[in-house]
Amino acid sequence: MSIEQALAGAGAKAAGKRPWFLDEEIETVLNITLAVSQELVVARQRVDTLERLLEAKGVLSREEIEAYTPDKKAAEERGLWTQEYLARVMRILQQRNEAADAPEDVASEKLGDELVR
Amino acid sequence: MTDSSKPTEVAYDGPPDYRVVGRHGIFPETSHDEVERINYLAQMNRHLSTRIMPGVKTSFEQNVEPEFRKKTGRDMANRHEARKAMLGDYAYKFWSALRRATMEQRQQAGRWTALRQSERLAEIADKLTRDDDRLQLNPAIKVPRYVSGVDHHCMPGSYHTEYFPGDVTNGANYDHAGFVTTAGMLGKYTDGGGHAVVNWVKTNLPDFKPKKILEIGGTVGHSSLPIAQAYPDAEMTIVDLGAPVLRYGLARAKSLGVDNVRFVQASGEDLSMFEDESFDWIQTTMFLHELSSNALRNIFNETRRLVKPGGIVLHVEQPQYTDEMSLYEQAMRDWDAFYNNEPFWSRMHELDLDTQMEQAGFDRASLIHGGVTAVVDKDLFPDAADDDSEDYGRKAAWHVIGARV
Repeated sequence: MSIEQALAGAGAKAAGKRPWFLDEEIETVLNITLAVSQELVVARQRVDTLERLLEAKGVLSREEIEAYTPDKKAAEERGLWTQEYLARVMRILQQRNEAADAPEDVASEKLGDELVR
Repeated sequence: MTDSSKPTEVAYDGPPDYRVVGRHGIFPETSHDEVERINYLAQMNRHLSTRIMPGVKTSFEQNVEPEFRKKTGRDMANRHEARKAMLGDYAYKFWSALRRATMEQRQQAGRWTALRQSERLAEIADKLTRDDDRLQLNPAIKVPRYVSGVDHHCMPGSYHTEYFPGDVTNGANYDHAGFVTTAGMLGKYTDGGGHAVVNWVKTNLPDFKPKKILEIGGTVGHSSLPIAQAYPDAEMTIVDLGAPVLRYGLARAKSLGVDNVRFVQASGEDLSMFEDESFDWIQTTMFLHELSSNALRNIFNETRRLVKPGGIVLHVEQPQYTDEMSLYEQAMRDWDAFYNNEPFWSRMHELDLDTQMEQAGFDRASLIHGGVTAVVDKDLFPDAADDDSEDYGRKAAWHVIGARV
């Protein structure tokens, strides 16, 4: 079985029409969000596994992790990472704010009509 | 990764880590992250049943029922009115959307694990079952509409679809990730139902010494193997429609050292391959709700024909709907029928099973009624008998209906 077949097969729809409980678009987004939530937990548990193995092997102790204080440079790098991450996650709200400030915005379709006039 | 702000003395109450499940020779390999996906889903189901679902009940009582009464000037007449009214309620809608999504995520997670190693699993099955007459497949079997129409519990391809010759994918998926739905309550080998049935029979029928046992719709043998193990002198036959689950089932049984079993591809509606009075004990476990009215009748008739004098027929199922059960509970239990591809669930659970048994030729005086909860290794798994959470239709607590002829 190829990877493509396995990927498609894993996510295959079960026979039978799917019920929708919320607005179909909203429930679609909810499902994507839940999958991301699942993968966040999976990643978090993997980090936990790493920490426990490193501790068991004497590489570090988890108290060190809890007590870890980044130096200035590391703190800035980490802060920047979080800012960048939040900007990605919150992009749609940023763009809605920008749109509210752009009353002259024109839809591409409309501009297209204008450009051939 | 610990959280130092968290109190450390809180007793844990929830599903066990998936790594406590029992592995056998054809159990799929699971990576670290695949295990965590299953853990997440078991926790999510637990969260939905214990933390989200109570809000559905509150909203039903505070909003849905009063609004219905205001609008119609009367009480709800039945569970269908209750369910339809709840479809307008935010709490029911969100709980439903989350529960459906979780079902679909569970299938994707389990299917990925099974599919990515499907060739290897088929090889194991082949090695363990080749030239073994305890696996009897019938490629000519026709899959009935009640199995092919929609895939039960949103399991793509159901029990019967084969992706290549010798395939066991759908057996492997069904087996290894079943942990999710009951959050571990079915125990180490998903066999808490079988152990419960054994306990029930040993307690209630201590003199009963079966030699020939049949389980209809036994899939990979989850519930059958505990019975076969408890009665080692008996020969256990497991019939099912699906070749992938049967292949997987025999391989699983052999690797677990259970040899007094055979797996036969057949419909429970037509067991003409067996003579009248062939079995001392005929069992079904969480099976009746996946049938149709006709199929249930035909299967009951076959069990009457096949059971020996002095023998027993036992069906283990989720509780029937009764007038004593609130409309809210009935509507919640009906969820699977409408939103989790269990098309016969609703009508099956309103049947008068005593009458159905009688119509199949069992004397009313011979009927058996009881209740069981999954029997699990309590050190590792949650015990349904001690657990006061309720996940309608999912909890590992069942009714027994049957007959001793």
